Amino acid sequence: MPFLELQNLQKTYPDGTRAVRGIDLRVDKGEFIVLLGPSGCGKTTTLRMIAGLEDPTGGQITLDNQNVTHLPPSQRDVGFVFQFYALYPHMTVQKNIAFPLENIGTSPSEIEAAIDRVARALSIETLLDQYPRQLSGGDQQRVSLARAMVRTPDIYLMDEPLGTLDAEHRLELRAFIRRQQLSLSITAIYVTHDQEEAMSLADRIVVMDGGKIRQIGSPSEIYTHPADLFVANFVGSPGMNLLSGQIVQNGDNLTFTRPDTDIHIPIRANTAPAQVVFGMRPEFIRPANRGIPGKVILSEYLGSHGYVHVDTPIGELVMRSTDRFATGEKIHLHLNETHIRLFDPDTETALT
Amino acid sequence: MKYLRWLVIIPYFCLATLPLCWLFFTSLKTQEAAISPTASLIPSTAENIAPGDLTFSATLDAYRKLATPHTGKAHAFFHYLFNSVIIGLLSTLASVVLGTGCAYGFSRFRIAGARDWLFFILSTRFLPPLAVVVPVLMMYRVFNLPNTHLGLILLYTAFNLSLAVWLMKGFIDEIPRAYEEAALVDGYSPLQAFYKIILPHSATGMAVTAVFCLISAWNEYGFALALNNAEAVTVPVYFAGLQGNIQGIPWPQIAAGVLIFVVPIAVFTVLVRNHLLRGVTFGTIKQ
Repeated sequence: MPFLELQNLQKTYPDGTRAVRGIDLRVDKGEFIVLLGPSGCGKTTTLRMIAGLEDPTGGQITLDNQNVTHLPPSQRDVGFVFQFYALYPHMTVQKNIAFPLENIGTSPSEIEAAIDRVARALSIETLLDQYPRQLSGGDQQRVSLARAMVRTPDIYLMDEPLGTLDAEHRLELRAFIRRQQLSLSITAIYVTHDQEEAMSLADRIVVMDGGKIRQIGSPSEIYTHPADLFVANFVGSPGMNLLSGQIVQNGDNLTFTRPDTDIHIPIRANTAPAQVVFGMRPEFIRPANRGIPGKVILSEYLGSHGYVHVDTPIGELVMRSTDRFATGEKIHLHLNETHIRLFDPDTETALT
Repeated sequence: MKYLRWLVIIPYFCLATLPLCWLFFTSLKTQEAAISPTASLIPSTAENIAPGDLTFSATLDAYRKLATPHTGKAHAFFHYLFNSVIIGLLSTLASVVLGTGCAYGFSRFRIAGARDWLFFILSTRFLPPLAVVVPVLMMYRVFNLPNTHLGLILLYTAFNLSLAVWLMKGFIDEIPRAYEEAALVDGYSPLQAFYKIILPHSATGMAVTAVFCLISAWNEYGFALALNNAEAVTVPVYFAGLQGNIQGIPWPQIAAGVLIFVVPIAVFTVLVRNHLLRGVTFGTIKQ
């Protein structure tokens, strides 16, 4: 029995917008799930339905063996972290953190102990007497996390909690969230559009688009075996190289080629001649003495590595490389055949 | 620039306070000095002053006389002031409470035809209120409301409610929903979220709304005159009624009464002026 289960969950707004179009998801206790997708994909709506802030128009939510589909938020045991902190401006940090405990009959000494515990964990002890507006964005989000963590709810729901922070605080808090989640075995659902954040935090990633789930899997599954073209392109920065062409019989072997070129890439997969979309991640392409000829059109230097955009007879390819190339330089590319991914151009789903 | 500012402020200040100063001096005069054809501006403690002098002998008689009923009137000034206070405060309280509740509903819930309802509420202010004085009087007679405090309280609340709803809706719209949602997931009911989160945040808005409602009820004259001739007469009507008195118009007493009537509102407005400024510019800047 999963701890949280979404069955055919749907949300259609009164104006006819179908934000969530039937979602099935099972989450085990202690799992860290990240909902990943572009804005408008329904990930935040899904999270808000789990919290009870939106009423589903179809389907069912089961949390800890209880059907909570239409229960108000106060009757579900959830902690929510908002993107814009949502700290109460008229209360001090201390009062903000105490707020969730005040109406459940917690004694003042217990409240004090709980505040002390989370404040220490988040290193905000010195901020307790200040008001939210006096704090930096990073500190405000720490307080917001503290407010969610001061209780021990069944599940933590986080709506892009790091989205508004600067890079330094984002990395620091990201690591903190993951450490806390692991050490306390917290069940958490985390929404983000940042695929790097999703990769670094998640036990499992749920990739969403257009109100539907595109793929559920571990970060490495999502990255190495994307279920469809959307995931292949959305996950990874830059996304997967995608070329449409066909698989042809070439003697005893199958090869991938495109019209107007005599370049053939051997395909080892168990497949048949067909129209396909050919995919390969930039890190599986490397410069070589012979191979596919091409001309460098753009070289992005990122410090430890770089991305080189190369114009070749079969189309533009992006290569990850630690070497640097000048624009206009003529090079040859070698493609690692074991990492070829093929997709059906009509259904857009993976073939291999 | 700094001097230029004072160059504008100082003359305007003098101009604006002149009537108040005049009122103050008049309240210290005797009836004879008040209606004297020559202006006297300097208060003095001297007993006998020649007519036509710039000084006049100051006395607090006018204030003392306010405590006893004037000839031809049933009650002393303070009785009518009490009427004004009761009617003003209760109608203001009712407007702010009802207006806040109504505005919260329009701001946070999906209401069928909300825009039309809001326009309807605003449209009640299109007509000059006095245009409906006759029908109101006829309805009030049926319910025995003329000459009662309740009658004026209901009337002022009805007139001020549209303003209160619109003002408060603006304020509540500005409070991010996330605050309430945070309270909901923290285990509070919608009602608790309303009074623990929304009310403290709309305090400024409520203060602003209260000032506008209070000033409007405090100074209202037309309905107060039409609906009352005895028990619930308010200060503006009382003063107007002193005209045509056989003893002449008692200017020093009127001046003293008006000062007592005006000062509380003026002081209150000055005290909350920062809130007011924040209030009227609220919502004009998007964060």
